[in-house]
Amino acid sequence: MARGKTGIPSETEEAVMKKLVAALAVGAAVLACGVAEAKDWKKVRIGTEGAYAPWNMTDASGKLVGFEIELGNDLCKRMKVECEFVAQDWDGIIPALQQGKYDAIMSAMTITDERRKILDFTVPYGNDPSSFVADKKSPLAAMPKTDILDISVPAGQKAIDDLAKTLAGKTIGVQTSTTQLAFLEKHLPKIAVRTYDKIDNAGIDLGAGRVDAVIGDRSVVEAIIKEDKAGNIVMFGPNLVRGVLGEGMGLGLRKQDADLKAMLDKAIAEATKDGTVAKLSKQHFGYDISIK
Amino acid sequence: MLDLLSFGPNGWGWQILAGAGMTVAVAVSAFALGVLFGSLGAAAKLSEHLILRAVAEVYTTVVRGVPELLVIYLLFFGGNGMVLAVARVFGYDGYVELNAFSIGVVAVGLISGSYSTEVIRGAVQSVPHGQIEAARACGMGRWLILRRILVPQTLRYALPGLGNVWQLTLKDTSLVSVTALAEVMRVAHLGAGSTRQPFLFYMAATLIYLLLTTVSTAAFDRAERHTMRGVRRA
Amino acid sequence: MNWTLMWDVLPRLAAGVPLTLQLVLLAELLGVLVAAGTALMRLSGNPALDWIARGYVFVFRGTPLLVQIFLIYYGLGQFGGVRESVLWPVLREPYWCAILAMTLNTGAYGSEILRGAIQSVPHGQVEAARACGMGRFLTFRRIVVPIAVRQALPAYGNEVILMIKASSLASTITLLEVTGIARRIIAQTFAVFEVFLVAGAIYLVLNFTLAWLVRTAERRMTPYARARA
Repeated sequence: MARGKTGIPSETEEAVMKKLVAALAVGAAVLACGVAEAKDWKKVRIGTEGAYAPWNMTDASGKLVGFEIELGNDLCKRMKVECEFVAQDWDGIIPALQQGKYDAIMSAMTITDERRKILDFTVPYGNDPSSFVADKKSPLAAMPKTDILDISVPAGQKAIDDLAKTLAGKTIGVQTSTTQLAFLEKHLPKIAVRTYDKIDNAGIDLGAGRVDAVIGDRSVVEAIIKEDKAGNIVMFGPNLVRGVLGEGMGLGLRKQDADLKAMLDKAIAEATKDGTVAKLSKQHFGYDISIK
Repeated sequence: MLDLLSFGPNGWGWQILAGAGMTVAVAVSAFALGVLFGSLGAAAKLSEHLILRAVAEVYTTVVRGVPELLVIYLLFFGGNGMVLAVARVFGYDGYVELNAFSIGVVAVGLISGSYSTEVIRGAVQSVPHGQIEAARACGMGRWLILRRILVPQTLRYALPGLGNVWQLTLKDTSLVSVTALAEVMRVAHLGAGSTRQPFLFYMAATLIYLLLTTVSTAAFDRAERHTMRGVRRA
Repeated sequence: MNWTLMWDVLPRLAAGVPLTLQLVLLAELLGVLVAAGTALMRLSGNPALDWIARGYVFVFRGTPLLVQIFLIYYGLGQFGGVRESVLWPVLREPYWCAILAMTLNTGAYGSEILRGAIQSVPHGQVEAARACGMGRFLTFRRIVVPIAVRQALPAYGNEVILMIKASSLASTITLLEVTGIARRIIAQTFAVFEVFLVAGAIYLVLNFTLAWLVRTAERRMTPYARARA
């Protein structure tokens, strides 16, 4: 079964593929199912969750909208290609890329070493720390907010220790397959965790009191705060970056699509330099998330 | 609150209806595919060749023994690979596009087919063998017997069971929401999440399924009465 | 196909089996009570009871279990009134919400099975019992129920198998039974196909075992069907 060519390539297959790609350059014959045809990229399909406000969401008419949709369209304009956004549940967003359902992932995906094992990333187009929210009546809300802390340095480690003490005995909600879940499993293993397929559902359960806190990207938890019309949810505790929380959001690509990566890297650099990313992010998040 | 369901610009009404339409499309296609698989499976189960019987037995046992959610996930994430492997065998090197709709239909169709196999097999076995013998005695060929004797009567016996399989298929389409296909369940998820009104949206989904079920039950009842015309009830 | 991964993942997935069995067992035990009650309501001859039972069966057989689970877990949790009520300690936990949804679901299907089984008891037997002077309850207990149970067993066994499969939907409300654990593992390893294959195999084993148990029970209960004249 040609499993290796469709899924995660084994090591010998990767080596062979790299040699073939190098030898055949552009316009080679079809080798892997994930590549539609050796790429003269005229059309790029981009996979996104569509349920991660304000990065990407689905509006009432079923259309995909949000910061990444607009940024993605801008990048495609710069690359002079046609863009199509495809919705995909977060759980399967990476396997679907490898299967060739789309060519790139643009869904607030943080660049991490774990993911780098099976994917390639473009240069980051944005950076957002991870933050915590809780009900304002809960004792957790009393924990003071901090500046952005790097968890790989002592100041960040101390913040984690404080968190461990404050959250002891509580339950925290998080979306599956996220860097925040990896963070909880590594640094706060004793805290009870509930995983949700969509961050919105974690927000709903926070409102219902089934979890005591939710951790997520700052812009997203701020959207949860805004969505709660009763004003009961507030942010607390540190804003964390780095370490297992990764380094910025980039587009995820299949390892063999180096040419697409080059095109996207160039477009992202341009968009960052001329302030497009900053403008769009201020419009959607209220603050600038672009890479300085 | 109800204005969220309206048909205006901010209303999810159209999307929900579109979702309902997609649900029906997937269910009908999957059911048709399932009847096809079921006929093939029943034929295999009744054949004289041990291999065919074994394959059909494995098919129905495995697909009925594994949760539908897993079958759909497996096909969604492995299906592309499997189809391409098959295509590769035939020398086709290109890229095969398998969109969410096709995968959803094939997955639910496979599940539907495993139940249909049992229903159709039971129905074929209920046709009194004397009728087939009489047809043979009259000199009817195999295809003629199939067409004039077997199929009409099998249909009569199979219809109640197939009605059940249809209801099952209709409800299994709710699991296709994991493929991000915009059927009713997925629209309800998105609406519930973004508006924080899960009760409203899941209730709307409930009502749509109930409506579809009621209409289907009525349709199948009519079909059953039609096929049973002229037959004395026990 | 990563065989080593599949082998490593097996014990982790098997750890979800106890929760799966708990969910199914509780849902079935409570479900049988609900099913029996509903069947009796349908057969009672009281039109009000009949229509309530019909309505319940209609709603729970006409909608997917997934919708029922979400409606109970997220839908009910939305209302402040529910959160203040005495039911909240139960409805707060995904475990009980899953069991509630599964119970109501299997109760609806089970009630139709039981009702069919009770109605299939030959009326001659009931008449004979009456002729012997047995009261209604005694007739029910000694004549109708034993026959109906034997009649219902194959279909009810099937229903339990369907519940084992239905338990996999509990993973959608954060419960870590076999499918829930599978999804967690996939989030870390990205090996969707391999992990779900192993999970599927586990369910197959569970269902085979259950089917064998039901067949054995059937055989034990109907020695007369195989008795040589």
